[in-house]
Amino acid sequence: MVSRANRLPLLALLTLGLFAAAIAMVFYYAPVDQDGFNQKIFYFHVPIAFTAYACFGWGAWRAFVHLWRRTPGADLESYVAIHQGVIFGVLVLVTGSIWARYRWGHWWVWSSNQLVLFLVLFLFYAAYFMLRYSLEPGPRRENLAAVYAIFGVVLIPVSWLAIHLAQDFIHPVVFTEHGPQLGGSQLFTFLVCLAAMLSLAACLYHVELAGKRLDARLKSLRELLA
Amino acid sequence: MTSAEKYVTAAYLVVFVVVLLYVLIMATKVARLEREVAELEELARKRRAEEPTRKAVAVG
Repeated sequence: MVSRANRLPLLALLTLGLFAAAIAMVFYYAPVDQDGFNQKIFYFHVPIAFTAYACFGWGAWRAFVHLWRRTPGADLESYVAIHQGVIFGVLVLVTGSIWARYRWGHWWVWSSNQLVLFLVLFLFYAAYFMLRYSLEPGPRRENLAAVYAIFGVVLIPVSWLAIHLAQDFIHPVVFTEHGPQLGGSQLFTFLVCLAAMLSLAACLYHVELAGKRLDARLKSLRELLA
Repeated sequence: MTSAEKYVTAAYLVVFVVVLLYVLIMATKVARLEREVAELEELARKRRAEEPTRKAVAVG
């Protein structure tokens, strides 16, 4: 049985291994398709987007647990997960823009529903921090932040389905109702990249959470000694 | 290096730099927490030194 203290270094080691494998597979295993070498951005861009969705989803779930069971620490877990989601959201927007600049000749295209809806989702969660820090710490702040986090999760399926609702398919469609439109080696590489990105998010989540918990404990210790 | 290779490198570098930045922020935070622990340790030591010495007294 691995103790809780030993879990994080193991997770970090797993992340490192997965990243090494993912980078090697992207450049030496996955074939270059008709989109050209530029398609290699897909292997990081899409897993980062999925990871951002997962972080927002986890944040909403912890928020729900906070409201439902009043589990101590669930609010902090929700906050940290949303913070991670926003960081991965920035990466989605930046890597997507780099791809678009090469493929479309523009950093951003407002006519693409998927891009705009992801930006809306990102801005919605960015505003979460404004709401949270505009209120005094306490149950009121925790409850309002939790409700906001749960509302935001509704935007995830909307963002996901936006590409199917769009009239102009300028954004490439890889995951359709007929399954992923990828070759075997491409799909395998994509899955390794996704595992690496999810593992990185889990690692950063636990590091940040440990820091926040330690911060809170030190604060209460300081109050006890004052 | 072709144009496509440059864009791919840029995208991967952005991911690397953001993660590195995050680690840097976390390292700063850990350094701050270490300073706070040292301060609290000092405070606890001072408290202990200020406490009046207790003498053993026979009971009963």
